[in-house]
Amino acid sequence: MSLLEVEDLRVSFPTPRGPVEVVSGVSFTLGRERLGIVGESGSGKSMTGRAILGLIRPPGRVVARRLVFDGIDLLAQSETAMRKIRGARISMVMQDPKFSLNPVMTIGDQIAEAVKAHRRMPRAALRQRVLDMLVSVRIDEPARVAKLYPHEVSGGMGQRVMIAMMLIPEPDLLIADEPTSALDVSVQRQVLEIIDDLVKRTGMGLIFISHDLDLVAGYCDRILVMRNGEVVEECAARDLAQARHPYTRGLLAAVPRIDESRAELPVLERLA
Amino acid sequence: MTDTTVTTISTRDWLLADSPASRAQARLGSAYRAYLTLRRNPLTVIGALIILILLLLAALAPFIAGADPIAQDLPNRLKPPGAGHWMGTDELGRDIWARVIFGTRITLEIVVLVAIIAAPVGLLVGAVAGYFGGWADRLLMGVTDIFLAMPKLILALAFTAALGPGIEHAIIAIAIASWPGYARIARAETLTIRRSEFVSAVQLQGASNTRIIVSHILPLLTSSLIVRVTLDMAGIILTAAGLGFLGVGAQPPQPEWGAMISAGRSFILNQWWVATMPGFAIVIVSLGFCFLGDGLRDVLDPRSGERR
Repeated sequence: MSLLEVEDLRVSFPTPRGPVEVVSGVSFTLGRERLGIVGESGSGKSMTGRAILGLIRPPGRVVARRLVFDGIDLLAQSETAMRKIRGARISMVMQDPKFSLNPVMTIGDQIAEAVKAHRRMPRAALRQRVLDMLVSVRIDEPARVAKLYPHEVSGGMGQRVMIAMMLIPEPDLLIADEPTSALDVSVQRQVLEIIDDLVKRTGMGLIFISHDLDLVAGYCDRILVMRNGEVVEECAARDLAQARHPYTRGLLAAVPRIDESRAELPVLERLA
Repeated sequence: MTDTTVTTISTRDWLLADSPASRAQARLGSAYRAYLTLRRNPLTVIGALIILILLLLAALAPFIAGADPIAQDLPNRLKPPGAGHWMGTDELGRDIWARVIFGTRITLEIVVLVAIIAAPVGLLVGAVAGYFGGWADRLLMGVTDIFLAMPKLILALAFTAALGPGIEHAIIAIAIASWPGYARIARAETLTIRRSEFVSAVQLQGASNTRIIVSHILPLLTSSLIVRVTLDMAGIILTAAGLGFLGVGAQPPQPEWGAMISAGRSFILNQWWVATMPGFAIVIVSLGFCFLGDGLRDVLDPRSGERR
């Protein structure tokens, strides 16, 4: 059975000139697999992720013919019911650990918060769990790191903390919104490996949002290519090279190669 | 470093080392740096000293005063400052020095209790209004504006008049008159924090609104609030003295500074010291809190203080 079914998802924001649709009719299904969503900035990929979590703030509007997660109709849930699903069942890793960690709270406390929001636990057990989680995102000396504040750790470490924070309640679906774009290339691989490892071990579904086509192709099972709020191509990751849609072809052509022989790198013309 | 002269570095260099060798050295170093920042601002140090002396005087009042603050000695009434009573005596022959010293306890009690009552209320109201926005914001800030529309002293006077005279009532009244200022600050800060990424991160962990406000927003508001409360303490002291002067604050024979000035008013032309000595005390302590507050603002909030 599929974990998440999205059919005709639309997100719109009102403007003085009438509503603007930033996601217009996105449909896909997700099993316990890794789905990559790629597209340029403003193609609606992050909004799709936020809409699934019900985090589009008013005056934004979300409508869909079907938005079902594990048999639960997400659009019919009240805010309180959504809160129980958020974090516990669906989690999201955000872009930049610098802004997404509370600056005045120690890392250990912040990870513990994620658990405390959903269930009560004895203090000692909670602490042990936090330390175990830090170890599983490959942080050495977890006891020391747990006492540090976010500004005292590096970007890569911060993102691993963020992953620990989002995975500690053991969700069934993880949405990773450009989890590596704020990081150094050398750290990117590490973080991806950690996510991959945890996804495989726990068997959760993953939606990986990125603008890095190569990265997604090498990392995910299936790929959605988005443009202007619409899905223009859906294919298995290994078949990406044979993509038919002109936009995808354009994107592929714009990726620089190390053995480049082209004098000029083609770019996509923006018409909208 | 290969240089052998490194072994003879001074304590100062050791504290300010760029690459501390141990965690203890790093901690001491950062404490020393904070001290250096403070020292660059002599007014702050003066303010801190005044507050420190105030605390000491209040704690050791019975030993320093040398006389009972409420014991009357009518033959010696209205004695000018001299060897026996170096701040003179008042209209009932009480030693003014002893009364001023014991007055520190009342002043501290008022300041601390008002801060403890008013700051959390203002903080909570402001954070809730700022976080939820919409009608909650409009309602809460409307109430805040109503309180802000009236001068503090008049409002406090009205409340003490309604509650009945007495120091406890004065404290409650001043607290009621001072929370709106804190609510304004808390709201303004919350508005900037509310949209930040880490709040969304906590939201998508499924944390409830109460949880977000209490454990994620309030801690971020405290530093600016501490500064504001310290700066306000001078105002609180003045309001308390004003209430005492008007006869609705501390009641005789309590040695409250405002009430002492009020009592000395009748003799101000011939026996100036009766009203002047507690007046000095009020001025010095208020200044102390102002200086300290300014310095704290520079240390805690690097945006407002100019870099020196």
